Amino acid sequence: MSIDLSQFHQIFYEESYEGLDSMESCLLDIDCSNVDMESINTIFRAAHSIKGSSGTFGFKEVAAFTHVLETLLDQIRDGSRDIEPDHVDLFLQSVDCLRNMLAQLQAEEPVSTEQSNELIDAFNSILDGSANSESAGQSECVKSELENAGSSAETSSVASDEEGGESIWQIHFVPDENMLRTGNEPLRMFRELRELGTLTVTALVDRIPEFEGIHPEECCMGWDLLLDSKAPKSTIDEIFEWVVDDAELTISEVAGLFDTSVSVEGVGNVDSENDVNAASESITDQEPIQNVDVVASEGKKNTPQLPQKTPEATSIRVGTDKIDSLVNLVGELVITQSMLGQMGEEFTMDKLARLQEGLAQLEHNTRDLQESVMRIRMLPISFSFSRFPRMVRDLSRQLDKKVELVLVGEQTELDKTVMEKIGDPLVHLVRNSLDHGLEVPAERIAAGKSETGTITLNASHQGGNIIIEITDDGAGLNKERIRKKAVENGLIGEKDILTDEQVNDLIFRPGFSTADEVTDVSGRGVGMDVVRRNIQELNGTIEVSSEEGKGSVFTIRLPLTLAILDGQLISLGEQKYIIPLVSIVESLQPNAEDVNHVAGGCDVFKLREDYIPIVKLWEILGVEPSTKELSESLLVVVDAGADKVALVVDDLLGQQQVVIKSMESNYKKVEGISGATILGDGTVSLILDISDMVRMAGAYHQSSKVVSINGRHRAA
Amino acid sequence: MTLAEKSSLEDSDEKIGGNTLVEDENLEQYLTFIMNEEEYGVDILSVQEIRGWEPVTPVPNSPAHIRGVVNLRGIIVPIVDLRAKFNLDNVEYSPLTVVIVLRVAFDDGERIMGIVVDAVSDVYGLSLDDMKTAPDLGDHVNTNYIRGLASVDEKMIIILDIDALLESDMRDPEELKVVH
Amino acid sequence: MAKILAVDDSASMRQMVSFTLQGAGYDVIEASDGQEALDKAKGGPVDLVLSDVNMPVMDGISLIKNLRQLPDYKYTPILMLTTESATGKKSEGKAAGATGWIVKPFNPDQLLNTIKKVLG
Repeated sequence: MSIDLSQFHQIFYEESYEGLDSMESCLLDIDCSNVDMESINTIFRAAHSIKGSSGTFGFKEVAAFTHVLETLLDQIRDGSRDIEPDHVDLFLQSVDCLRNMLAQLQAEEPVSTEQSNELIDAFNSILDGSANSESAGQSECVKSELENAGSSAETSSVASDEEGGESIWQIHFVPDENMLRTGNEPLRMFRELRELGTLTVTALVDRIPEFEGIHPEECCMGWDLLLDSKAPKSTIDEIFEWVVDDAELTISEVAGLFDTSVSVEGVGNVDSENDVNAASESITDQEPIQNVDVVASEGKKNTPQLPQKTPEATSIRVGTDKIDSLVNLVGELVITQSMLGQMGEEFTMDKLARLQEGLAQLEHNTRDLQESVMRIRMLPISFSFSRFPRMVRDLSRQLDKKVELVLVGEQTELDKTVMEKIGDPLVHLVRNSLDHGLEVPAERIAAGKSETGTITLNASHQGGNIIIEITDDGAGLNKERIRKKAVENGLIGEKDILTDEQVNDLIFRPGFSTADEVTDVSGRGVGMDVVRRNIQELNGTIEVSSEEGKGSVFTIRLPLTLAILDGQLISLGEQKYIIPLVSIVESLQPNAEDVNHVAGGCDVFKLREDYIPIVKLWEILGVEPSTKELSESLLVVVDAGADKVALVVDDLLGQQQVVIKSMESNYKKVEGISGATILGDGTVSLILDISDMVRMAGAYHQSSKVVSINGRHRAA
Repeated sequence: MTLAEKSSLEDSDEKIGGNTLVEDENLEQYLTFIMNEEEYGVDILSVQEIRGWEPVTPVPNSPAHIRGVVNLRGIIVPIVDLRAKFNLDNVEYSPLTVVIVLRVAFDDGERIMGIVVDAVSDVYGLSLDDMKTAPDLGDHVNTNYIRGLASVDEKMIIILDIDALLESDMRDPEELKVVH
Repeated sequence: MAKILAVDDSASMRQMVSFTLQGAGYDVIEASDGQEALDKAKGGPVDLVLSDVNMPVMDGISLIKNLRQLPDYKYTPILMLTTESATGKKSEGKAAGATGWIVKPFNPDQLLNTIKKVLG
């Protein structure tokens, strides 16, 4: 029976990456003076699991490497060795190394073993340096496995003396070509083996040459044998005694049955000292020795070119509870549908109430189904947060800062696509907080703060949105410096009066960087403007608030999904448009006395303390409104980052969830429009792009001073 | 599209499916339509369906010949007014006005678009030999969009290169942006 | 056809085992840890249990001990999947009442071979 194991590779990669992630996060939590055994167990289990599966799927390099890892972990786990900070570092490097190896395997590239070999050496020197007698035996065994101990039969010479138990032996036997000439006849050996038990023989014929090349005295075959036998290993070894030196031979015990008379009745208390020893002895000689040659030789062949790309996972793992609820909902939908169908066939007016009831039920089912389907794509944000403990640890060492990272709300779920796209902006923001926000310990002490700074990542749901806050207790934004820089760069005039909010918002302008010098941490050529643009592409917003000396808070607001949007339907003339609800601050009917005309062509509206530019939507969208009188219209105050504008609309129609359809798939990106949706009556309604609106409003009234501060400029 | 569907939309035209529809490997099939009493042809393989005119949702910041977008079974499809595109006089749209939905191949992939025409005319099998290059037709038709001219039964048919014709509307999204 | 309960916390191993066994005509019930396996075992008898040793929540050894307490599972063959370096696990398993063991890594043929042998 032959089974294509490659069909299981993808799931192997996924679970291995997950295992490595949990390994990493446990390692980062380890306090060497007070070790939590449960974390050690989790780490061990992850390594153990990767080792077992990689061996089964034929990823020998990974299996050999995890084996060493596992050996040290096992010693730590059984208490024969204490974990030290050096071990943690080594394990963390191993996690990285394994990720690289997996990525190479996944990309079907040759696996580089340079890094893993270095780590194996490091692990071995820990294991060898052990004075602990209990672990000496184990490290010996690791060593013998890794040192490619010449004749394999020799290392596996310890006999299994398990009395009464039956074992399955796997024998891989490929003799040299000249074996027949020395008078050794494989058939004779197989006959002898058969006397020991049941023998299954598979011939390996790949070495057999073309017919013309066959030499009758040469043996070009090899065999894989499976032997069920009660015989001890020494008996099998004897059979191969004469050919050991002239053949590729491995004998390993791949499975076995305990002596049934003991095991069936034995519930936990039957064992004797003898059995334990016998069992553990037989275990030590099952090392898959043939693996080692491969690791060593391939390691030399391959120049290590570590690919940094991690292949993007295309599948998604969904909890069965989510699938079950979906199946249930579809069931309900089918019931409702058949009920309505039946009613439709013989409808009379007296059934109207029931029809309405049925339709309400249908609406209910549809909404539930929609929510359920959306939930399938939702993953907890911990998938995205999980990279930060490691990153913060490495960065803080690099920058000589002391940092505590606090993660809050890791179980908050959001759409997989949104999660993938928010990763880079988050990394940038955390780097930024660490690099520019937090001070070095000396400065912190001088400022009367604790030596260790704190960065908090907090995720939470708010309506149909997810809010992610990145808070640091560092120096805060230096408003003077930001101002100066903005004036230098011509972003604002020297005499412009800006609110604190507007000053802070300047850091999101293109080409703005507050670091006096470019460091390797933040100076990667990516500015906050890119962060904001990425977030806006997700229909999200980002803003910053800061108190000098106390720290800064970056607040990201994102829709839970890119497929659906909570919208406010508005009318303008004959057209209906959607304004994303997330952007709306408030809607109101303007009082004439609150509207002022600024020289240069722009009307502003006084909303409490602020003057907000009024955007005549009909001018931007080129439609004829039902009235151009402001007093007969409504103002919808929207906000994109720190900029607010008031959009003039005819009327507010209602709020609804809309499914976002792309304009680009058949047309192109349209300025001022982020997408389209299909309304209940089948007509298309366009979704307004609020950040475009704000910018276009600025462009429309470019001469106006107020608006040029508020209107966002584009990179030229 | 099937011919049956087409003829149901086109019952005023008795020539539909006439003897010009010949099975021949060398012939390419062209769907022709009428605008301003001229007959234009498009490769029938690019035709997805033919629909009656229905109101569109106008798209801001777009050229005048982009009438707007419609919902075509859940996807958003732009509608191009060929009269406006060719600078012909506008006519009132009526329920008889026809939208030909085309699959257009651009460098960056296939798109679905509708073109508004006065009426659908016929399907002809034409070979390349039947086609002549277009002379300069004056200002209102850019000859880049014309693959050639063909005559059938003493009539001239202008064969359009629909991909080239429509691509200009889809490309260069920057050109329409407000200049700062 | 014989029904087999396959227990492993690694999804890839579980899939591989199920696929192999189902291909050979066995009915397979999967569980991802000892507790889940125990719950499923209580749902009705199976003909053979194939269990990994190292698992979260409840490990394979505890599973075997617990299964042996159930009347339905007193004589059911239980094979444990163990790695060659899991020193002592084999004897622990034996003490707990395991019928036999299969060494990880294994290939589908080895797996089927052992199972056929146990089920006769």
